[in-house]
Order: sequence, then structure tokens, then C-alpha cells
Amino acid sequence: MNFEFSEEQQMLADMVDRFVADRYAFETRQKIMAGDGGWSRENWSALAELGLLGLPFAEEDGGFGGGGVETMIIMTALGRGLVIEPYLSTVVMAGAALRNAASQEQRAARIPAIIAGSHIMSLAHQEPAMPRHSFDVATTARRAGEGWRLDGCKISVPHGAGADELIVSAQTEAGMALFLVPTKLSGVDVVRATGYDGTPLATMTLADVALPGDALLGEPGQGEAILARVFEETNAALVAEAVGAMRETFDLTTEYLKTRTQFDVPIGSFQALRHRAVDMLIELELSHSMAILAALSLDLPGDQRRKNISAAKVQVGRSGRMIGQEAVQMHGAIGITSEYKVGHAFKRLTAIDALLGDADHHIDLIADADGLAA
Amino acid sequence: MDLDFTAEELAFRDEVRSFFREALPDDLRAKMIERRHLEKDDIVRWQRILNARGWAVPNWPVEYGGQAWSPAQRYIYQEEMALAHAPEGSPFNINMIGPIIARFGTDAQKDRFLARIANLDDWWCQGFSEPGAGSDLAALKTRATRDGDDYVINGQKIWTTQAQHADWMFALVRTDSSGRKQQGITFLLLDMKTPGITVRPIETIDGGHDANEVFFDDVRVPVENRIGEEGRGWDYAKALLGGERSGIARIGLSKERLIQLRALERDLAERGMLTGRERDRLRRKLAEVEVELRALELTQLRVVAADAHGAHAGHAASILKIKGTEIQQRMTELVLELAGPAGLATDAQAQANTAGEGWVEAAAPFYFTMRKVSIFGGANEIQRNIVAKSILGF
Repeated sequence: MNFEFSEEQQMLADMVDRFVADRYAFETRQKIMAGDGGWSRENWSALAELGLLGLPFAEEDGGFGGGGVETMIIMTALGRGLVIEPYLSTVVMAGAALRNAASQEQRAARIPAIIAGSHIMSLAHQEPAMPRHSFDVATTARRAGEGWRLDGCKISVPHGAGADELIVSAQTEAGMALFLVPTKLSGVDVVRATGYDGTPLATMTLADVALPGDALLGEPGQGEAILARVFEETNAALVAEAVGAMRETFDLTTEYLKTRTQFDVPIGSFQALRHRAVDMLIELELSHSMAILAALSLDLPGDQRRKNISAAKVQVGRSGRMIGQEAVQMHGAIGITSEYKVGHAFKRLTAIDALLGDADHHIDLIADADGLAA
Repeated sequence: MDLDFTAEELAFRDEVRSFFREALPDDLRAKMIERRHLEKDDIVRWQRILNARGWAVPNWPVEYGGQAWSPAQRYIYQEEMALAHAPEGSPFNINMIGPIIARFGTDAQKDRFLARIANLDDWWCQGFSEPGAGSDLAALKTRATRDGDDYVINGQKIWTTQAQHADWMFALVRTDSSGRKQQGITFLLLDMKTPGITVRPIETIDGGHDANEVFFDDVRVPVENRIGEEGRGWDYAKALLGGERSGIARIGLSKERLIQLRALERDLAERGMLTGRERDRLRRKLAEVEVELRALELTQLRVVAADAHGAHAGHAASILKIKGTEIQQRMTELVLELAGPAGLATDAQAQANTAGEGWVEAAAPFYFTMRKVSIFGGANEIQRNIVAKSILGF
């Protein structure tokens, strides 16, 4: 049992913490969000130069072979800074699909470009008529000679508007499958939307889009299994990001309790607020523990891995809501202005719960599986 | 980073597990599983079995019979004890007065008391709380006046757990009222057979008689039964707080209860007594509490690991106590809900009503009695005060 980082992991943590401290002051983030595209290509290049974009990819693909703990370290730091560049979309989510399902040729055509910072990808799965979180897509993929024809609509695609290529889930005759779809292709229409958490989103329409045979990721019918794995890796990363956002929220709140004066005393002297701050810390520590569990579960056998990651998503969903709401409440009116960081952290925590199965969704999975024990 | 115990720790776990399995008397195990009341003799019997194995007081210094276990081993020991349905023994003997005498006592006090404490030859109770001194313990007023080689005690203690069984009491008494209220408190050891001590039982909401009032009327205590210096009792009592952290969240206990709840859920479902929406709802509630318990367990293990590195986070014990007790209480709520109206009768007739299913009649008393865990040992609100001071700095 060991909860310490290795020396290399500690160096990584220091590096990414420094990146966030140097480049992600809250005012800078506000400017980036208001700018073209809603995120910063310059920051993305900086992340590439630091080698962070290659971290979770295999060494044979040009990456560093990092595992769950390394991704946790990065995502926690990015969560603290509320970083809006497409790390989760490109490196974690699309990256997981490539790592787990792409052929050698498919990987060689993309991963080096991702690592260099020149190829932005994401996953287009959610649809207008879909339940909150399921594999049940209406988008279709028909065989057309050697290739495929895709029709459908995808919503809430994170970083979809700035992406060069999207991984699209679609029904084939043999079941669900995943396709690599360049956004410039004829018949692909990508319209930008903005998420309440600041994440640039996109609505994607596919109208009889012609794809070559090598656009298929894995085999027809494997889509669900691949996506399940992608969601596990992404949820483990989301949970770590949430812990970073919660820690920042907690620190801002305790700082405010110490410095904000009302009735001639710091408001942190009032027991009603002191005890609630303690409850926030408890939720934060429980979530931190579960982020570690999720990160260390990625290499476990399927059943235990799934349950552990679901449990972490439950904890973070519940804790993130509590910490976000309490932070806003204790800040008072300043907590609900767009000019202050706490409200933005609250929004990101809210979005994280909504993504890839909220707390209730994952509770049901655990309940149906008769609990966490293997 | 990894969450696995080492090979040595796993071997230790196996050793502890098989010892508990073989050494715990069947009648005690049955009582524990059904949450029936343990008699004094039950606890003494088990403590002596542990003591014969050398494991009665593992948290003590080795020279007084303790074990040089790592925090991880201590955690494993406590978890296995709970999973084996073994009683925890007397916390007043094992976790409180033993370590205090070992650390602050004179050689004569160590010789006289420690071996008897470990073997439960003497049953100890704790004389801390008073009618006017609960959370504000330092407000205590029980008075000790020096008279030759004795102190003469007058006053009253209350909520004294199991004072009716006790041979000895360790008590905080006031020897000086002139300074800050934390000063002038003295730590004394009292023979419960001393003339002038009256023990009066208090019935608690679970129907039990574990709590007592203890009155002192000119009770003479020899000065040699004082711990450390006069007036420094508060420091000695405080030195123990937060000291023993590997078991404070009582993870093993809650795990054992969760296992029981799941078995109960399956059993009732098979017999058609838990169906449809009701069953789904219970399964979701169990999943919720299991997630919290897993998160708390890992948090406890993080503290255990930090302790092994000597990296103390001062307020960790309070956090573990708050969340640990909340989860313990949650477990009792779920059992109570499962028992439903069948759990209303808890007297002799209950056995007949529920066809000998001990858990049904024990559900309500257990629920009621477990309300105490967030009150004693520093109420959870006091724990929150401790943590708040640590994170806010004032």
C-alpha cells in the first residue's frame, strides 16, 4: 500500500502545476474563453512542448506510456485551473478509442500529430433523442462498396467545433461501430455551441457522409465494447479533474471565510459556516481517495474496474454538487457573478456530473451488480 | 502508488484471521452477530483469550505488552477483528488508561496496574463528563482537596459508561480554580470500592443500563494515585486525543454490517418479503452507503500510510470520526427500515413474534444506542470545531 508519487510522477505534478500557475490565472482564462474558438492554440502548443499530450500513449506510438496515475496527476492540475483546452477530448477520450481499438496504420496517422499538438480530436456520441447516458444511437452507417455512408445528428460534442477529426458512433447492420470522421468532409456540418462550463461544444450533422473503409475503428458491432472502455478511462480522468476543481473551490472558500468581514469579524468566525467548511473538506478528501481508486483500477479485470470507476463517479458527482453549491452560498452574491472563479468551478463540477453517467446512473449500476465486491 | 497490502501484511492478515476464527467462542460470535447485549464476563473472557496470545493491547509500548506493529498491521488487526464478529474489548482499559499510565505513570503505578489492565483483572471506567461539563469538558467542577497524603473528592460525574462493572475509575478533578479552566485539573485513579462513591444507573433510549451517574462524598484518594503532576491533568488527557487513528473510523465494523445487510437483503428477497420497488430502493441505498464506506476506507488507509511516514495531518482523526460515525449510524437505519413493524417489540415476546430472528428484535435498540457514537469521545460538532480551527487558523 503506497499513496506516494514516484519521483517521476512528482516531477510531472510539479511541471503541470507550474503550467497552470504560469498560464492559467483566472483573468487569463476569461480572455481565452472570450477569444476565437474559446480555447488557446498557444497553450496547446505549450502542453505539446512539455510532452504532456503524449503522456498516455504507448512508447511504440511515440508516447510516454503513462498510466492512470499520470493522467490523474495531469487532470487534477487542469481541474484546479479550470483549463479549457481539449486535453480530455483529444488525449483522454479520443486517445482512449485510438489506444484500445485503432489499427497500427490508424494510430500512426494520428497519434504523432496529436502528440505534436497539430491534430485535435473528440468523441461525437450523444444524440438529441438519446437517454442521458446510453449506447443507444440512432445515427446509421450503411455499407457502400468498400466504404460507408453515415447519417445522423450528434450534440454536445466537447471541442467539436475546433476538432480536425471526430470519432462518431453509428449503427451498422452488425451492431454499433465507431468511425473516424474528418470534420472538413462533405456532408459534415459542425455548428459551434458553448457549454455552461466554458467548454466549446458542437452540434454535428452527418448527411450521407461518404467514408473510406479504413475509417472504421475496430469491427462493426464492437462499438459498445470500445466505448465502454473509453468511458471508463474518461470517467477516471473526469473524477481527477473534479478533485482539482473541488480543491480549488475549497481553497477559495476558506480564504474568503478568513478575509471577508461582516459584523466587524471575519465570517469564518461564525460556527454555521465553519462547520460547513469542514463538511466540504470531508467531501473533498473522500473524492480524492476515490480518484486514486479510479486511477489505480484501470488495469483491473473488467468487473471490478467498472464498479470502482462507477463508485468514484458517484462520489464525485455527489461531492461536487455539495462543494460547488456550498462554495457559492458561503461567498454570497460574489459567488454568483461571472467575474469570480468559484462560480466557474461550480459550473464545471456540475458538467462533470452530467457527463458519461451522473451519480444516480452509476449508483444504479452498482446496485444492479449487488455492490462493489467482486 | 498501489492499494495492495505487502506479502508480509497479507501473511499477517491470514495469521490474524485464522486466530480469530479459531479462538472466538461460538456463543460470543452468535451474540455479536445478533447484536445481543454482551455481559461483563463475555468481554473479560475474550480479553483474556487475546491477552494469552499477546494481542490484548497491541497499541501499547512493547515493554508493557504491546506489539511493534505498523499502522497498516494495526488497521488489519482491527478490521479482521470486526469481520470475525469479535468484541472490541474495553476501550477504557486498552485505548485510554493503559497508554496514559504507560506514558505518564510512575514505575510503581505501571507495576501495579498495567498487567491487570491488559488482562482485564481490573475493569476501568472513565470519569470525565459532569452535569455542567460535556463538550466543554474543562468546565468540570468535581473538587479534590489535598489533606495530608490524600485528596478528598466531592462532586459528581455523569454518563460514566459501565461504572457499575468498574473496579477502578480514572477521573479528571479540579484541584485549583484560580487560573484558566484548563489549568488546575488533576488526573486521579480511584478505587471504586472506596467509601463515599455511589453509582446510580441511567436508563438510555435503547433500554440499556450502560450509563451511570457517579457521586463522590468525601472520597479519599491517596496522592500516590495521581498521574503526573497536580494541575496538569488536562494535558495528559489531551495527549491521547488523535493519537490512535488506525481504527477510529471503525471501517471493519461497518464492512461487517454491510455484509450482513446484503445477506439479509438476499434472504428476505428469496422469501418474498422484499420485492419490487422496495427491494430496488434498498439496493440503491446499500450502494450509496457502500460507495461512502469505500471512500472512507481509502481515506483511512491514506492516513495509515501517512502515519507510517510520520506525516501527521492533525485533523485527520476528527474527519475519520465524523464520517465513520455517520456511516455506522446509517447502517443501523437501514437495518431498522428492514425490520419494519416487526421490530417494534423488543422484549421477551419479540422472540416469539419473529420466529427467533434475533436481528429483527435487535434492530431498534441498536439503532437507538448507536446515536451515541456521534456524541461521545468529543461530539461530532466538537470534531468539526477542531478541523475548522486547523483549516482556518482561528
